[in-house]
Amino acid sequence: MPRTRLEPQFAVEHLSILDSDGNLDTSLEPDIPPADLQRLYRAMLLGRKLDERMLRLQRQGRIGTFAPIKGQEASQIGSAFTLRPTDWMVPSFRETAAMLLRGWPIARILLLFAGYLEGGQPAPDQRDLPVTIPVATQLPHAVGLAYAAQYKEDDAVVMAFCGDGATSEGDFHEALNFAGVWHVPLVFIVQNNQWAISVPLKKQTHSRTIAQKALAYGLPGLQVDGNDVLAVYAASREAVERARADGGPTLIECVTYRLGVHTTADDPTKYRSDEEVRAWERKDPLTRFHAYLEKKNLLEQGVDEQVDQQIARGVEAFESAAAADPLGMFEHAYGEPTPDLLAERAELEGRVRETPGRSTGDGQPPLPPPMRGQREKSRWQN
Amino acid sequence: MAKLNMVKALNLALHQEMARDPDVLVIGEDVGVDGGVFRVTEDLHRAFGGTRVIDSPLAEAGIIGASVGMALYGLKPVCEIQFSGFAFQCFHQIENHAARYRQRSQGRFHCQMVMRMPYGGGVRALEHHSESEEQFYAHIPGLKMVIPSGPRAARALLVSAIRDPDPVVFFEAKALYHAAREDVPDESEAMPIGRARVERDGRDVTLVGYGAMLRVCREAAEELHEQDGVEAEVIDLLTISPLDRETLTSSVSKTGRAVIVHEAPKRFGPGAEIAASIMEGAFLSLEAPIRRVAAYDVPFVGFAREKATVPDVPRVVAAARETLAF
Repeated sequence: MPRTRLEPQFAVEHLSILDSDGNLDTSLEPDIPPADLQRLYRAMLLGRKLDERMLRLQRQGRIGTFAPIKGQEASQIGSAFTLRPTDWMVPSFRETAAMLLRGWPIARILLLFAGYLEGGQPAPDQRDLPVTIPVATQLPHAVGLAYAAQYKEDDAVVMAFCGDGATSEGDFHEALNFAGVWHVPLVFIVQNNQWAISVPLKKQTHSRTIAQKALAYGLPGLQVDGNDVLAVYAASREAVERARADGGPTLIECVTYRLGVHTTADDPTKYRSDEEVRAWERKDPLTRFHAYLEKKNLLEQGVDEQVDQQIARGVEAFESAAAADPLGMFEHAYGEPTPDLLAERAELEGRVRETPGRSTGDGQPPLPPPMRGQREKSRWQN
Repeated sequence: MAKLNMVKALNLALHQEMARDPDVLVIGEDVGVDGGVFRVTEDLHRAFGGTRVIDSPLAEAGIIGASVGMALYGLKPVCEIQFSGFAFQCFHQIENHAARYRQRSQGRFHCQMVMRMPYGGGVRALEHHSESEEQFYAHIPGLKMVIPSGPRAARALLVSAIRDPDPVVFFEAKALYHAAREDVPDESEAMPIGRARVERDGRDVTLVGYGAMLRVCREAAEELHEQDGVEAEVIDLLTISPLDRETLTSSVSKTGRAVIVHEAPKRFGPGAEIAASIMEGAFLSLEAPIRRVAAYDVPFVGFAREKATVPDVPRVVAAARETLAF
């Protein structure tokens, strides 16, 4: 019996269309209508500006810990832009820009990071899962959604996000394997931002690319310049179209960089150099796309101010949201509250009534006793 | 009406629920062509095809995680974890997600799904094939935890679990799969989740059991009756969570004494919660400390020593006599 060489077609491509110096490969340039190019830029700008605003809100104690997205706007917007509203998006916890594009209101996102359950609620017809925090565990859900869509003969495609750290988790591999075996309409977007908190990619995997991990599961894997929105868009559109045409799942590795902190509880100066950050700042996804639009004479007048106003309105809506009604915690634990929950709810209701003005326990100043459904003056409006 | 063992009774429930509702799917390892290692899913593949009766890759987190996704879409998956001892490989999917999506999405999504798992000893099996771990699931808010004690209850509770809008962990005692046959009605029958059943009326002591331990409680009650003239009331819990505190309280209010029996290790087990519930509900009626007869608090014993740790009739009788003599 000879030892023979199997020759499966293993190849990993890297796609770059618009580089950090503004060089454009016109042969690969996707055909995007001008209005969509402007929408792409506006969405990236909103992601960047809200991120900056959220950092300030966090430093002021108005929201809690969150995971900033700065530097990853192209990876998120270029990919999510290729979905239809009837498609599904499955985020991890660093997809704020993509979530905004998918219609999550700014106020709701801020509520989530201010510790409100209400912040996790998608709109009634919105096909977006809420933020998932345990790393990679959302990926099997995306497989199940895609299976269900196929089962119900719904032509929806599912797009699931994770980071480079997630590719070490078992759930990542189980999800890729199930997706391959079941041939479901699913696109995995791995935002390889080089760092899983303090652990660099080289300590995360010995693979040359993350994209190649897909090949072992029988799905195409493609690496793209994740700071090049044109490349992310082109790759995603191809993968989404293939999935919709019953061509199965794809993994896209977006090579990008987290320019900021992992979360607001993190100090990256402990583990990475300023030079490294500076080098990636020169590859900023917004700068190069801005220059591209400028060259095409497509920059919208007043877009900066409009985005600022949009954020101001969102922050205002967030701050005027009703204080968290403590009793709200019982409403969605079960379809019908269990006898135990009814008893606990009654007990809490009694305590809330007995001690008006008590704090909700979040370290904020005491609140007036909440009334359900009544909008209250914000605790922050002083 | 047919005399069925628990395997056939469960199989009947699956057949009827799948025929009734096209959104019900079965997924697990070997559940398709093979019909499951215990044959609970026998013939479903033939009747409903491989798209609805899915032989999944061998990965528990993938099975539960993908089922969560199906449930979020609106399907009603019934997943089989081949042995409950392997469910720790998907425990995070159950605790972090199946139990929480309703709350996390504030009602926009929920996970109508059943996680079937064979559990418990008595079948001369290797490590991870004979443990009882119901306490972990009973402790998780957002989940329901059901353990039937015989064929008819198994069928009726599985029907309810499949129709329940919340995720249900459904334990099946391996020792009961082929143990006894019962009359099971041909037409579909459901039984409310969250209700215990008084299996035998008595006035002197309450024996609380579930799953394979119900038989032990029943036989102990017979022995107490025959040898001591003691009338033990036997409660079949059927649902571990949400716990039917009312039935427990009203029984112990009458008997003043309670012995709780389970195969799970004693400390922090369901017996502790049941005892606390009795204390809260029937404290002034108690005549003696509540006793727990449970497995010893060792990680694993092997089936050569299993009989020494799984509660049996003599241990339950002895505990009942101690409470009666207090």
